[in-house]
Amino acid sequence: MGGVSEPISITGLEKSFGRTRALDGLDLEVSQGQVHGYLGPNGAGKTTTIRILLGLIRADAGSVRLLGGDPWAEGVALHRRLAYVPGEVNLWPTLTGGEVIDLLGRLRGGEDPRRRADLLERFELDPTKKVRSYSKGNRQKVAVVAALASDVELLLLDEPTAGLDPLMAEVFRECIEEERRSGRTVLLSSHTLAEVDALCDHVTIIRNGRVAETGALSNLRHLTRTSIMAELAAAPIGLADLPGVHDLRVEGSTVHCQVDTGELAGLLSRLASVGVHSLVSQPPTLEELFLRLYADDGPDEGSASHPQP
Amino acid sequence: MNPFVGTGSLIRLALRRDRILLPAWIATFVVMVTFSASATSDLYPTAASRIQAVASMNGTPALVAFYGRIYGSSLGALSLIKMSGIGAALLALLAFMLVVRHTRAEEEAGRLELLGATVVGRFASLSAAAWVGVGTSLVIGVLSALGLIATGLPVGGSVAFGLAWAATGCAFTAVGAFSAQLTAGGRAATGIAASFLGLAYILRAIGDTTGHHAASWVSWLSPIGWSQQVRPFAQERWPVLLLLVAFAIAVGIGAYALAGRRDLGAGLLADRPGSAVANAGLSSPLGLAWRLQRGTLLAWTAAVMLLGAIVGSIASNVGGIIDSPQAKDFITKLGGTRVLTDAYLALELGMLGSIVAIYGMQAAMRLRSEEVPWRTDLMLSTATGRARWLASHVSLAVVGTAGVLLLGGLASGAGYAAVVGDAAVVGRVVAGAAVQIPAACVMIGIVVATFGLAPRAASATWGLLIAFLLLGEFGSLFNLPQWVMDLSPFAHTPRIPGGQVEALPLLVLTTVAAVLIAAGIAGFRRRDVG
Repeated sequence: MGGVSEPISITGLEKSFGRTRALDGLDLEVSQGQVHGYLGPNGAGKTTTIRILLGLIRADAGSVRLLGGDPWAEGVALHRRLAYVPGEVNLWPTLTGGEVIDLLGRLRGGEDPRRRADLLERFELDPTKKVRSYSKGNRQKVAVVAALASDVELLLLDEPTAGLDPLMAEVFRECIEEERRSGRTVLLSSHTLAEVDALCDHVTIIRNGRVAETGALSNLRHLTRTSIMAELAAAPIGLADLPGVHDLRVEGSTVHCQVDTGELAGLLSRLASVGVHSLVSQPPTLEELFLRLYADDGPDEGSASHPQP
Repeated sequence: MNPFVGTGSLIRLALRRDRILLPAWIATFVVMVTFSASATSDLYPTAASRIQAVASMNGTPALVAFYGRIYGSSLGALSLIKMSGIGAALLALLAFMLVVRHTRAEEEAGRLELLGATVVGRFASLSAAAWVGVGTSLVIGVLSALGLIATGLPVGGSVAFGLAWAATGCAFTAVGAFSAQLTAGGRAATGIAASFLGLAYILRAIGDTTGHHAASWVSWLSPIGWSQQVRPFAQERWPVLLLLVAFAIAVGIGAYALAGRRDLGAGLLADRPGSAVANAGLSSPLGLAWRLQRGTLLAWTAAVMLLGAIVGSIASNVGGIIDSPQAKDFITKLGGTRVLTDAYLALELGMLGSIVAIYGMQAAMRLRSEEVPWRTDLMLSTATGRARWLASHVSLAVVGTAGVLLLGGLASGAGYAAVVGDAAVVGRVVAGAAVQIPAACVMIGIVVATFGLAPRAASATWGLLIAFLLLGEFGSLFNLPQWVMDLSPFAHTPRIPGGQVEALPLLVLTTVAAVLIAAGIAGFRRRDVG
């Protein structure tokens, strides 16, 4: 890992605002062509990371490389090659949506007019309305259309679907799917696990300014648990001794349990040896992993080491 | 639901938000009025000296136009002339800005929607803002009256003065409430109210200068005129106060009627659909800055040119009307050194310079009002460098200030030339306006430096402008040491036409402005955005 040509390469990143430690030794690697999900609870440091990547704020420590350059020193040149959708989209109230899209496209170094027209139609956005009269969702569409219509290598998207209705969120997913096929790299910060699950091939989950989990989505699934319900030919014995089996409940010949996805094979062969009449398995979801990661050591890890007197 | 429910909570919210701003403003008004009274009493100890001073002032159309007419020759009437004209206008400004800040600006930011969903009636926000405006006006009025009584002025006149101020504040609270219903933007609402104030002030100026030994009927078209026609310390005319109160109630009722008929977030002047594509000009940071600022700049240009034309066309009266040596002495003391008309023009152009500095500062302040709602993030995420983005707004501020001043000077010179029938004077007046540019640019520089180095303090620079203007207006009255007076950039502007043009102060001012702007750029390039 960690080649210099990676679109995003961050190691040991630290950033504090006053006494608040927003980022505390964060590492993030996004390779060419990845659609990389960036997950974390509110205040975990997602937006701070993206603003450092854009050179808007300066890192206290650590190294940050964006498209092979230093975003703080060479921001302007690098920004020609990327587009950004902020989490909180505030635009100029007196401009129309169409004007904002064109302005941002031109400032990024060019937009594709055919793609612009196509996106406006797909997102059902009226470009003649003043920004002031747009809803939050429509303002977000303006920023999304402006970003997707630009001809760039990298998309930095900070919770881009937060204000979109489910239909528009679906349109957005289709668009990102097309971006993936055309080889663009995407960093997608999100709360919507289903979205990350559907779109991303790689995921980084952060907590309190540090990486909690990172890797290919397929690898992360091994960290999750599959839930199993099986009706067997006879009552099973010794299931509780199998590695990775949790929440075991045996009622006669019916078995309910959770199993670490990596240990699934062992459980299945044991069940098969007894004889299986029916088997229901719930696939692991990212949501489950997410909840477990945050539930494991609470929202504030500092409180555990400093108990109240 | 009772449409007023929740007003009390919103008043507390507004007072919490303005817990520093409001006491500071109230203190400024009360201190200004009290100091004016006590300082003037030392200046004119005898009745004879007061009669002479009043005759000089009333015999000078420019001063009458700017401040108003003095009625009687009592110490109170003489010492409070600036306060009853300019002071009342400043109070009016505070009143409507307060109302717009707590109604339309909140609505525009979407925060009112959050409140509107809670147990808050549809008139609650308007009522809360109105109470804050009325309450502030009353507190300023009462404390000012007490302050004046404390300096030893008659009780009747002091109370009349305080009530005239309070009633003016209430009238313009209503104007603010009304204009806030008209447009969907807070800035535009403030603009409408400010235009109304400007019109009221100009009507009063025209009325006061056209009447013979008294104000003509034109002054009676203006709420600012009514405020002065209460005539504190000169056989007070109490019923005139009722005129102001009736105006406030009528306009206030109008505001509620409009508020009852429109939707949250909407204005009566609806947005028209705009262009679906950006024109060629909107393709650079400067193009965007121009687009955002052009409306304000054009409005300022029109207003300053109108003001300049009025000021210029009455300039020729100055020499003719003044016949007493005291009057000539007074005018000479106020301004330049040679010709009376020149002294008058230099004085008025100096005023114009400090007024236009407000434009420049406000234009530069755009930097901060773009940064706070994260719009700067979006600009800087494109191939736009920090210095280039900052320069777009600052260059508009500087060029706009210079342009407004030159055009104001041109209108002033043309007005003067048309009356005296001599086109050659235009150049001298324009030069008098041009020398105001460096000091105004120093004020822009102060805003930019603050933005770059201590962005949270950017709006505090308004306090600095007020301090500099007060130094210029009252510094000599209070016998402040010269070095304190020299802190103000406006103190170094040569007084022309009439005086000597020295290049050095202008060069120093320009250099200071450039250094401040450079410091601001350097600071902004080093700091975090946001």
